[in-house]
Amino acid sequence: MEVPILKQGLYLIASIQSALTDADLSQLREALIERVGKFRARGVIVDVTALDVMDSFAVRTLRDIAHMARLRGAETVIVGIQPEVAFAMVQLGLTLKGVSTALDLEEGLAFLDRQAQERVERTRGRITRG
Amino acid sequence: MAEELLVPAAEAGFSSGDQTVIAAAISEIARNILMYAKRGEISLRTVLNGDLDGVVVVARDQGPGIPDVARALQDGYSTSGGLGLGLPGARRLMDDFDVVSAPGKGTTVTMKKWRRRHA
Repeated sequence: MEVPILKQGLYLIASIQSALTDADLSQLREALIERVGKFRARGVIVDVTALDVMDSFAVRTLRDIAHMARLRGAETVIVGIQPEVAFAMVQLGLTLKGVSTALDLEEGLAFLDRQAQERVERTRGRITRG
Repeated sequence: MAEELLVPAAEAGFSSGDQTVIAAAISEIARNILMYAKRGEISLRTVLNGDLDGVVVVARDQGPGIPDVARALQDGYSTSGGLGLGLPGARRLMDDFDVVSAPGKGTTVTMKKWRRRHA
């Protein structure tokens, strides 16, 4: 099943609706990376609230998405990891090192807004300092 | 796939948290079968043991087998270029874990999860 990707301002939101096959996950990765360029997105949110199982392939693909998007200039946040899924991930030794996470969609959007704000402030700082 | 397999676990009264854990373990074991043996079968049934309800998962394949089971159960050991987390990870998720394998004879993984039955 293809994951719908919504464009909201400068952000892309991929909301996973049900369990995904490996092929679906790979397709999502390609689609997101392509659309970051097409829509000049600054942020990507992948909502995994509906996922009740995350195995090693899923975690690796999420990590790849975040790293690839960063190389294309967009920050990624994974949101909605359920408590049981977090437990199983830790037991399996699966980590999302170097990838931002947030509790839910709302927190994910707030995180990306803060990042954008910091980027603006850094730029301003450079200009005033001359 | 894992969801259909989990129906017995749900019927046996396992919480959604336990079901997630069992599904994650099954997923890793199934991935191993696909990677090494290409095909195999996984069955799931419930058992009783005193005041415990259990789910038993048996994953069986006729693949190349595991030359060194003890090493395959160590974190980070993989002969396929994978992460080497499948077997040790699944073992941590389940209560009982047993691997029977020999080169050329295939592999059978039997794993169990228990819950206390409420009177």
